[in-house]
Amino acid sequence: MVDVIVFVACAAIILGGALGVVLNNHPVRAALSLVATFFGVAVLFIQQGAHFLALVQIVVYAGAIVVLFLFVIMLLGVDSSEDVSHEPLAGQRPAALLLGAMVVGLILAGLFVSGPGGDDGAVALTGRQSRTAAISTLDESQSDIDLLADDLFTRNVLAFEATALLLTIATVGAVVLVRNKGGEDLVVDEPGTAAS
Amino acid sequence: MEVTETWYLVLSAALFGIGFVGLLVRRNPLIMFMCIELMLNAVNITFVAFSTALDDVAGRTAVFFVLVVAAAEVVVGLSLVVALMRRRPSLSVDELTSLRG
Repeated sequence: MVDVIVFVACAAIILGGALGVVLNNHPVRAALSLVATFFGVAVLFIQQGAHFLALVQIVVYAGAIVVLFLFVIMLLGVDSSEDVSHEPLAGQRPAALLLGAMVVGLILAGLFVSGPGGDDGAVALTGRQSRTAAISTLDESQSDIDLLADDLFTRNVLAFEATALLLTIATVGAVVLVRNKGGEDLVVDEPGTAAS
Repeated sequence: MEVTETWYLVLSAALFGIGFVGLLVRRNPLIMFMCIELMLNAVNITFVAFSTALDDVAGRTAVFFVLVVAAAEVVVGLSLVVALMRRRPSLSVDELTSLRG
């Protein structure tokens, strides 16, 4: 029963935050709604026993990524809000809503239309009939971080190395992209203050 | 009443749908990146729900990699936004038409 209460509260926070991101005019408010969503997802991770992932979710998403968003919003000027009520392309919003409803409907159909064996949910979607067929089972006696480390540094060690390369490339790419190649004129937000 | 993996999957589908519609509707590139983060989080919920339901740690490892890729994506995406903003003051993807054929 407690599980249900926690789930419903988290679902409300997550969906409310997500709607806040989509519907808010102001980018700072959208970023703060995003924090609510990330916290809700982290609590759902804890509810399922993924404690380390919940911690990483808070530190990386709610910490680093949202701070990066806020930093860029402040760098570009906080008053760069967009008028949501104005529709630039006629008929685009109904089309987007229809497409979104179709995607969600497709996912829900995959979830609730039962498979050949009459299974639904996880078993039907993955085709896995028994839980003992797992590659590496979740051992209750081991902590979540031990399990993750075992899997990461044995079966997925090559992918782990590749992420190191990916992060290096992303860092170098960010530096190259924002580097000001000397001699170019800067266009500044406020009129009259443009650099020469 | 018990919380089964189906509950998590339905919540994940709803979150993915909101992010998807937001990505199509909004014109501010920063908000569009936030909507992509919403969709990535929906997928993370799915991964952890299946990992718990199927008793398999591989889903949690996948969440770990999604986190890393999301961080790298945000770094590159936001530096692109900053580089664009230096050239034109307005913040709308509708006006990025210099690649139009």
